[in-house]
Amino acid sequence: MAAVTADQTTQGTPGAADAAEAEHLKVFDAAVAADERIEPRDWMPDAYRASLIRQMAQHAHSEIIGMQPEANWISRAPSLRRKAILMAKVQDEAGHGLYLYSAAETLGTSRGELLDKLHTGRQRYSSIFNYPTLTWADVGAIGWLVDGAAITNQVPLCRCSYGPYARAMVRICKEESFHQRQGYELLLALSRGTPAQHEMAQDAVNRWWWPSLMMFGPPDDASAHSAQSMAWKIKRHSNDELRQRFVDICVPQTEALGLTLPDPGIRWNEELGQHDFGAIDWTEFQEVLKGNGPCNEQRLAQRRTAHEEGAWVRDAAVAYADKHAARPGSSGAAARPVEASS
Amino acid sequence: MSSSTDWPLWEVFVRSRRGLSHTHAGSLHAPDAEMALRNARDLYTRRSEGVSLWVVPSTEITASSPDEKDSFFEPAGDKPYRHPTFYEIPEGVKHL
Repeated sequence: MAAVTADQTTQGTPGAADAAEAEHLKVFDAAVAADERIEPRDWMPDAYRASLIRQMAQHAHSEIIGMQPEANWISRAPSLRRKAILMAKVQDEAGHGLYLYSAAETLGTSRGELLDKLHTGRQRYSSIFNYPTLTWADVGAIGWLVDGAAITNQVPLCRCSYGPYARAMVRICKEESFHQRQGYELLLALSRGTPAQHEMAQDAVNRWWWPSLMMFGPPDDASAHSAQSMAWKIKRHSNDELRQRFVDICVPQTEALGLTLPDPGIRWNEELGQHDFGAIDWTEFQEVLKGNGPCNEQRLAQRRTAHEEGAWVRDAAVAYADKHAARPGSSGAAARPVEASS
Repeated sequence: MSSSTDWPLWEVFVRSRRGLSHTHAGSLHAPDAEMALRNARDLYTRRSEGVSLWVVPSTEITASSPDEKDSFFEPAGDKPYRHPTFYEIPEGVKHL
């Protein structure tokens, strides 16, 4: 907020601007404290707006990039049932990306700007999607573990202080539940299948477990944005708290699958009433974040190609709309205007 | 990369079932009204959430300003007699 005040003093009447700013901030702080929602046209601190755009953009980009590792298996799904499920799931991810882009745009950024920042590497997406999907079992592991971790993160976001983000998350969380269950069912089928299928399921869990734990972000004492986000009620729980919750949920689910988690350090801690687990390799996390993960370049290149190769479709749709708008007597193609309201 | 600007923004309203009003579901970009309707179907009714859709260009919506919310809505603030609970009725009086 110091920066905002400094900017204000460069304007005409510094005293009056400061006073108005302070008054606005008081109203904003009171709304957040009272657990009210902040809506798009309300005054908000510049840093709150910037922080939300950063988080929502990263979230939207993750949904869109996240379509790639799973779409990789659509053509090789082992049955029509599994194929239809996977297509519906990938379509949902596109939908989630669109809900979130729309919500981010209420803060004054544009779709074009967000996509451009993704394509030029100026905004991030979740590191988890820089890992490859090597076998069919990975589709199950992503649904169960990756979507499971995402749900653990996202359920508290339904109560986020920014209204449009919270509303988008309510919709997303409802739909994510199917994603997680289909993944779990898929792994269960493999685990109870032939020894080779069982082994494939175990291998996928071994590879996705640690990256899934990293999805909760760095430990609390090393998290750059956590404290401020919690003060603004964008975040409701700390990274470590959510990670612990996820581990406690997964341990019994793993047993029911007939599989194991690749961490000999996991054991029930009677005293704390939760599971202990092993140390996370944060150097790997940092490397993937820096762009050195197995698929960083491939994911971004494919996204850029899809965008560029779709340009003619977007342009053609605009040309068609312009042509029809220019034609006298035609009111916007075939859609009928509403005759009576409510 | 294409230099074309974003498609116009549309607000989407969904009637979830007959007998209920359309309610705001969210927004989307589309080049024209017909495409907006189709996109709205794919984006907001993938699980049969609606039986009817409206799409409205966002630029056509006029909104009240949050800055004037106190003065704008103030006239209703001091009229509790518009609510039935304002009136005291003797005990035992029925159907009132």
